[in-house]
Amino acid sequence: MSSFSQTNMPQQTGKPFIASLFIGLKQLKHLHISTFFIALLFATPLLSIAVEALAPNSETFAHIKQTVLADYIVNTCILALGVSALVICIGVPLAWLIAVCDFRFKRFFQWALVLPLAMPAYIVAYTYTDLLDYAGPIQVALRDWFGWQSASDYYFFDIRSLTGAIIVLALVLYPYVYLMVRAGFLEQQANLTHVARTLGYSPLRSFFKISIPVARNAIIASTALVLMESIADFATVKYFAVSTLTTAVYDTWLSYYDLAAAAKLSLIMVLGIFVLLYLERIQNGQKQTHNDAKLSAQKLTYQLTKKQSILAIGYCCLILTISFIIPLYILSDYAIDYFSQAWNADLFEITLNSLIIAGLSAAIAIVAALTLNFSLRVKPIKLHKTSLKLASSGYAIPGTVMAIGVLIPLAFLDNQINALADSLSLSPPGLVLSGSFIAIVLAHSIRFIAIANKGIEASYAKISPSLDMVAKSMGQPNRKVFSKVHLPLIRKSVLVAGLLIFVESMKELPAALLLRPFDFQTLPTHVFQYASTEQLEIAALGAIIIVIVGLVPLIIINRSIEQH
Amino acid sequence: MKLFSFILLTILSLPSFAKDDTVNIYSFRQAFLIEPILQQFTEQTGIKTKVVFAEKGLIERIKREGRYSPADVVLTSNFSKLLQLTDENLTQAFNDAAVNANIPAHFRDDNGHWVALTKRIRNIYAAKDRVAAPFELNYEDLAQAKFKGKICTRSGKHPYNLGLVASMIAHHGQAETKAWLLAVKNNLARKPQGNDRAQVKAISEGLCDVSLGNSYYFGKMLTDPAQKAWADAVHIVYPNQQNRGAHVNVSGAAIAKHAPNKQNAIKLIAFLASEQAQQAYSLLNFEYPVNPQVKPAPMVASWGEFKEDTLPLTQVAKNRPAALKLIDEVKFDL
Repeated sequence: MSSFSQTNMPQQTGKPFIASLFIGLKQLKHLHISTFFIALLFATPLLSIAVEALAPNSETFAHIKQTVLADYIVNTCILALGVSALVICIGVPLAWLIAVCDFRFKRFFQWALVLPLAMPAYIVAYTYTDLLDYAGPIQVALRDWFGWQSASDYYFFDIRSLTGAIIVLALVLYPYVYLMVRAGFLEQQANLTHVARTLGYSPLRSFFKISIPVARNAIIASTALVLMESIADFATVKYFAVSTLTTAVYDTWLSYYDLAAAAKLSLIMVLGIFVLLYLERIQNGQKQTHNDAKLSAQKLTYQLTKKQSILAIGYCCLILTISFIIPLYILSDYAIDYFSQAWNADLFEITLNSLIIAGLSAAIAIVAALTLNFSLRVKPIKLHKTSLKLASSGYAIPGTVMAIGVLIPLAFLDNQINALADSLSLSPPGLVLSGSFIAIVLAHSIRFIAIANKGIEASYAKISPSLDMVAKSMGQPNRKVFSKVHLPLIRKSVLVAGLLIFVESMKELPAALLLRPFDFQTLPTHVFQYASTEQLEIAALGAIIIVIVGLVPLIIINRSIEQH
Repeated sequence: MKLFSFILLTILSLPSFAKDDTVNIYSFRQAFLIEPILQQFTEQTGIKTKVVFAEKGLIERIKREGRYSPADVVLTSNFSKLLQLTDENLTQAFNDAAVNANIPAHFRDDNGHWVALTKRIRNIYAAKDRVAAPFELNYEDLAQAKFKGKICTRSGKHPYNLGLVASMIAHHGQAETKAWLLAVKNNLARKPQGNDRAQVKAISEGLCDVSLGNSYYFGKMLTDPAQKAWADAVHIVYPNQQNRGAHVNVSGAAIAKHAPNKQNAIKLIAFLASEQAQQAYSLLNFEYPVNPQVKPAPMVASWGEFKEDTLPLTQVAKNRPAALKLIDEVKFDL
């Protein structure tokens, strides 16, 4: 029942530009083979890491297990659960207010509340550290006010802590819950509001008694995404000096020089994620519903009273301010003051690099996700199910581990290509795969394909199988079923997923950091380079560009959910 | 299959990385720190420089790229990385008269696989107004009860701190070093976090009284208008002056095993060892030159003469794994 697709059958069938993306799909007799190869490609990093993990046991793993591993696991669990709980608390009420209620400024909040998704978590972490630091404006003002002399004179919340990390991650990740749950509410809204009214429920009562239970799948699905994202986070927890399993993976690899032990730890993380996904699937399985009937066109909402409206507006303002306006204000302040130092012609090229990488990553992930989901739809066999699951594993792999997982096979291929050139006495071309930006694109699409798989899978679940049967009984080949029946119905969730991947890829740092070619920068690496040497003021301009570029797709996403 | 052959042909017809006028650099150091020096090199020799900078994972990348790796020169920011490169058989020997003339033998690998380019000291930074007799401090003193709740540092696992702990093991043995680490941990004002500069900032804010930090950060803070106030609040202390001397680490360079442009790589390293570049390192990055003919830049010199720990760097490197284990055993970062 989750995700952001529409259920009405549009008049216009498949758009040519989308359809043209799937030339590969035209040869549907090869569907089996392409599914297999796509799954293989997308599982390559995981497989490479698994192969690494097979190396004989070293004492590093045992040492870490004896000393710090338990603390890392506890921290990771607290972080993941804390962020999940907080995004539900923030996201679900917002989704409900916007989807089901009517109050002033709702139209503004409806799209504005998506914006924090454009903020990379580590940048929010930088800005809040700047703000809440001892030398930041708040503590300075407090000291002036109360006449405190030094840090020992008073207690102040330490943002660089596990709690701080939970808050910062939740602030940028809640839009996932808000978007998906809101779409869930919108789909059920008309029918269920009727029910609620018939039963004479108050708005609040219908929220708990009807909306929440029905949107349960959307809540679980979106929280699962957030959970995976927070487990894989490195930049934020590193900046806040919180040791999690990701830290353990990095330490083992980069301090203990033990890639095999690091690979083992990564595998444990991925296994944990698989268990979570499995549990989520069981949940979903129980509640599978197909929307056969068209929803009533009538839009029913609760008109909030004046008092309720003020509360609703206040809540929306609060969340928007702390998650978006304050960080953006701090960044803008720096960007303006240090514009002459931060601005140079390179920044244009860097932005272009980021755009190309994000665009290609999204396109590749979408094509792959469509192929995988379609094969599962046409032939729901074990192989296709496993393919889909394997291909989604990337989301749980921390960025730097993903980078290594991509580097290992690509460098291997490169070496084969060069050896071939040598044997043909041609001049070897160098590292065309691992040493080019293709490596970054691949790392991003593999890491984020889970977003597309989730969205498309959920949309597919809502298309009644009887539609396929009708098309089949009319003698339509698979290709036509896909382009004439499925694509028009899932088009919207495809668009949303593509744009989300674009935004995520714009923000993603670690893969680019490790895999980039000579003299090649993306916006995140540019920002990181200055921020990591305590020069947030120079990094600010690049950070703002990341946010602005991310805003456009987010506003489109929001619109597509609303056009119901 | 046609498409595949086409792609393969296109790939094979691409130009290779071996070019007469280029040198490819894999750098653990921030690209913009070395940029001005590389520019001087290009002006003098006409050889262009291409840089990949990454703090993490570069060694793995070189390893996986194998014999077709474009890397010519690897620049590292500490000694243990130099040693890891040679240990993993990723470097090659080189011998250049100019390099040998400019860099003393104890700052070069016996087998010619690496050279050190700059020295940096692991200093103690002490609050000007709150620490008694700061210039008599030893690293060992950080374990004293009087510093309870008064020490700030970055992660114990950072290479700079690892090097220091490894040297402590070399001097005192593991058991004593573990006790020292535990005592220092218990004296911390806050969990290890941030970089070396952030600790000096914390001292200026009264969060702590002493911190560990590399020498060049003092110059960087003094010349940054926004950070000068932090540096003004502290003394830069060269520890252990009454005994073995202050702990030294080095940045350095090596030539990659499969360097496509080895001659250019040697030219670059020779340039980096020359008086001109060594002066620039000291002037721009506030480091200590390894070339004995070059005096430190005036600002660096103004921090005073001091005694260096003469423990061979190989001894430090040998104790590094043990240092790392101790840091996890005492849960220094947690």
